[in-house]
Amino acid sequence: MKTAVFIEKRAGTERLRNVTLELTGKAAALMKPFHGEVVGIFVGDRLPEDTDDLFKYGMHRVVFYNNAKLKHLHSIAIKNIVAQFVKSEKPDIVLFGATHTGRDIAPLVAAQIYTGLTADCTQLVIDDYRDKGKILYQIRPAFGGNILATIVTPDHRPMMATVREGVMPLPEQKSNNTVKFEELTVDFKDEWVKSEFLRIIPKISKVDLSAANVIVSGGAGVGNKEAFKMIFQLAEALGAEVGASRAAVDFGFVEKDRQVGQTGSVVRPKLYIACGISGSIQHRAGMEESQKILAINKDPDAPIFGIAHMGIVGDLKEIIPLMIRYLREEG
Amino acid sequence: MSKIVVLAKQVPDTANIRGNAMKEDGTVNRAALPTVFNPEDLNALETALQIKDRTGREVILLTMGPYKAVEIIKQALYMGADAGYLLTDKKFAGSDTWATSYILAEAIKKIGGVDLVVAGRQAIDGDTAQVGPQVAEKLNFNQVTYVTALNDVTDKAITVERDGEFQTEVIKARLPLLLTVTSAANTPRYPSARNMLRYFKADIKENIPAEKRAEYERNGWVIPTLTFADLKDINEAQIGLKGSPTKVNAIRDIAVQGGDLKMYDPQLDGVKALVRDLMKQYVEVQS
Repeated sequence: MKTAVFIEKRAGTERLRNVTLELTGKAAALMKPFHGEVVGIFVGDRLPEDTDDLFKYGMHRVVFYNNAKLKHLHSIAIKNIVAQFVKSEKPDIVLFGATHTGRDIAPLVAAQIYTGLTADCTQLVIDDYRDKGKILYQIRPAFGGNILATIVTPDHRPMMATVREGVMPLPEQKSNNTVKFEELTVDFKDEWVKSEFLRIIPKISKVDLSAANVIVSGGAGVGNKEAFKMIFQLAEALGAEVGASRAAVDFGFVEKDRQVGQTGSVVRPKLYIACGISGSIQHRAGMEESQKILAINKDPDAPIFGIAHMGIVGDLKEIIPLMIRYLREEG
Repeated sequence: MSKIVVLAKQVPDTANIRGNAMKEDGTVNRAALPTVFNPEDLNALETALQIKDRTGREVILLTMGPYKAVEIIKQALYMGADAGYLLTDKKFAGSDTWATSYILAEAIKKIGGVDLVVAGRQAIDGDTAQVGPQVAEKLNFNQVTYVTALNDVTDKAITVERDGEFQTEVIKARLPLLLTVTSAANTPRYPSARNMLRYFKADIKENIPAEKRAEYERNGWVIPTLTFADLKDINEAQIGLKGSPTKVNAIRDIAVQGGDLKMYDPQLDGVKALVRDLMKQYVEVQS
């Protein structure tokens, strides 16, 4: 068996994205019982400077194609090269990070090859499937996170999946695999470059929820953008970062980069305070690993109480100002 | 002038699940959810309408689904789309993203003269974000995903801003092109009263009584349908459940599970106790 991992650089840096390390660790764990191989594929202007680290996480071989014309996300060119790699290497499984790059390239590759692709998997398991032998069970939330679906690709190869950053734990660097690189020969066509990247504007204030110890999140129950200010005030009183449910983002209470959940950030803070968040799985998928969860909601039947450690049923507009007042008094 | 096709989907409103859509075991009764125009597909439509405002290009909505999806076609007409196609056939049922994108791409070829396709980034029922790019691949179009702003439009290229997670990318993308648009791109316009008056009778041909056919056609009230038979080059072995590479092996409803939960009274004393416990937690956090 063979699993390929799409190697991605963090934009604006020359270093690997965490999700590439996480996927390498996961691929190594999946392949281990079968003594299978983990092969990385990198397509870009130049290999990440820390690519060698992948071998410590269980990578066996890295196949790469460097071309100065591929500094940016030229989807069609990158797709053609990854598809060429897949056709010649014939991996059983191909994993991509469910990043804005992975989710751009993976569907193109799967479409060209005529194989299945499962987005945003939260679990990957290899097991027997009917008369097909061992296949990959791809488990993901769907339907706004209200169901967990197990998806399989029985008759097409490779079996392709994307996994969000932070979903698979970062493995230990304990492998002593030999560093092994292979350069891919590509008959590169300039017509594959169909876009011109006029400007790159770094995001200065990218909210990094994954690093926060305490997160105060607001949901639809906060009511409106004005009322969402109290979420920021509570966060300030706690020295916390502000998060939000998808509903709060969709209603425009707060910007998208604060979204926690299946389609936002996956966080594991020491304390997570969910204010006016009902707790769909879509949201829970992004925060249920938090060490302690406090839920404040006026609906005593809100699903969030099912995973919370502390709860209070009542009106946010009364409770949060009281909390801020006592936090300041006690602090 | 080439046409713009907007891909849209009518979806269950998974974002606003109310008590009456919850079953006793804490799982969601999917059949009880109301349906909506997939939110980011409205942003896609708005992007296309802004291009129409600047260039006069024709905007056509394309949706695959049951008859009920006529609702979103009419909504698009009310907002300013020039036409809408309902792509519907029992043979399409059970299609995964690969098969769906194949059917959509064949329908776009059938519509003809299209060099720009705009889709929402993803639908709220599946959240896969795969159908847009897979349509691009099957049409052999250029693509830009995660579009957050529309800048320049010319006959040959469209300049957009893309959310590259850590950076914003300003991209001049050559046509033919497929864009997937996020909710950050714009605020979809309201339906206009004039268009509502103009199109409220619109319906698919099959529902129009024979004696009214001429009147409906004269007024542009006929919503065209495309079925399997209309897509003459399509390979039946590659659509529907059978042609889909992925299969759903199991579905598990998520039920709410009980755990250790300490409740506090919402009155003064309860909040005080909560804050004290939080402080304990908070001290641990700081250490």
